[in-house]
Amino acid sequence: MSEIIKTDALIVGAGPVGLFAVFELGLLDIKAHVLDILPMAGGQCAELYPEKPIYDIPGFPVVTGQGLVDNLIKQIEPFSPTFHFNEMVTALEPVGTPEAPLFRVTTDSDLVFEAKIVIIAAGGGSFQPKKPPLAGIEQYEGTSVFYAVRKMETFRGRRVLIVGGGDSALDWALNLQPVAERVILMHRRDDFRAAPHSVNAMRELVAEKKMDFVLGQVSALKGEIGMLSAAVIRGADNANFDLPCNAMLPFFGLTMKLGPIADWGLNLNENLIPVDTEKFETNVPGIFAIGDINTYPGKLKLILSGFHEGALAAQKAHRYVYPDKKLLFQYTTSSSSLQKKLGVN
Amino acid sequence: MVKIIFIDSAGQSREVQGEEGSTVMETALKSSVPGIEAECGGACACATCHVYVDDAWVEKLPKAQSMEEDMLDFAFDVRPNSRLSCQIRVRAEIDGLIVHTPERQG
Repeated sequence: MSEIIKTDALIVGAGPVGLFAVFELGLLDIKAHVLDILPMAGGQCAELYPEKPIYDIPGFPVVTGQGLVDNLIKQIEPFSPTFHFNEMVTALEPVGTPEAPLFRVTTDSDLVFEAKIVIIAAGGGSFQPKKPPLAGIEQYEGTSVFYAVRKMETFRGRRVLIVGGGDSALDWALNLQPVAERVILMHRRDDFRAAPHSVNAMRELVAEKKMDFVLGQVSALKGEIGMLSAAVIRGADNANFDLPCNAMLPFFGLTMKLGPIADWGLNLNENLIPVDTEKFETNVPGIFAIGDINTYPGKLKLILSGFHEGALAAQKAHRYVYPDKKLLFQYTTSSSSLQKKLGVN
Repeated sequence: MVKIIFIDSAGQSREVQGEEGSTVMETALKSSVPGIEAECGGACACATCHVYVDDAWVEKLPKAQSMEEDMLDFAFDVRPNSRLSCQIRVRAEIDGLIVHTPERQG
């Protein structure tokens, strides 16, 4: 086991609501670590609509998804949160008592945290690769079908079918070409979203007959359990044909899945976490849920609701983290102690 | 109001009324038409509101823009009449539009 990272608060999810929770906790002297499965902060704002305008953030007549994220990161800078990206929380176990909660949190790359409180700000869940809806695909996953390349060696000497037209598909087609017996890139059209220089590099390899490009879509898989032997392709002319391959990498973007949150012993209601509306605490004392992931009577899935929820959750969090301190309600406009924390005075 | 007909993969047809200026995706969600997920809420960022436009209607709709074409790469079983319903505006001209929902969204 790696060394345990101890923290006051652990925030699961670095979307706008998770980021703002850092601010609200910070004002109350609660230090936070923030985890996200994505490689960057911002959650849906950064992954789904970085360029799209948002019109209902108070004080911003219009702001883009990325613009909001950039501002939030600047706003929470005084509290220097520690970010851990590309991390999915796999286990969350209570190791304290209801009065003095403590949680051990483990991630998929074996980071271990010990946190006094946990704030789940996981939005629609974790972003995970989309799986093609092909019959029996599960029996090949992890042996012949992969949604990411962990080790290039896995593909040495294999006939690798890479499906997609974005940067992941093109980058891996190019990177695996020298390793694999053969790389076959397949896409539904002859236009690519990937960077033009990778598309050009791919076309050169195809012209040199060092790689294949096939127009089409996978409609079925063939093989023995665990070992793919061919993909049935519906080609540009709508006719089906078998394409022999023993490894496949489908790149169809990301989708949101609740993921391991379902196993943390929290009450769930249709994949949402019920909370009270005073503290936004779950059925487990010390675990809070804020933003799109929670539910309560009248819930609105708005970023601004998540900000409010974070502020109230922080109040209760203070009682767990500093059981002996009395919390004095203060305004950032007038409180010199808050301004000191913000580094403005 | 504008009439839109959704036919699911089993062949069941649902006729609903859409508001001019809204989108076919929003109309489906408002009327609880199954088969449209719209995970991203209409940002043209997820391809889970994929529909097949009835052949009679394909030519009557404005062509998909490149952003929509790009996003269709994330859908499965994409056909020449595939569209993302969040990108089809409800207008008087499309009264009676027929779209087919796929068996599964991505």
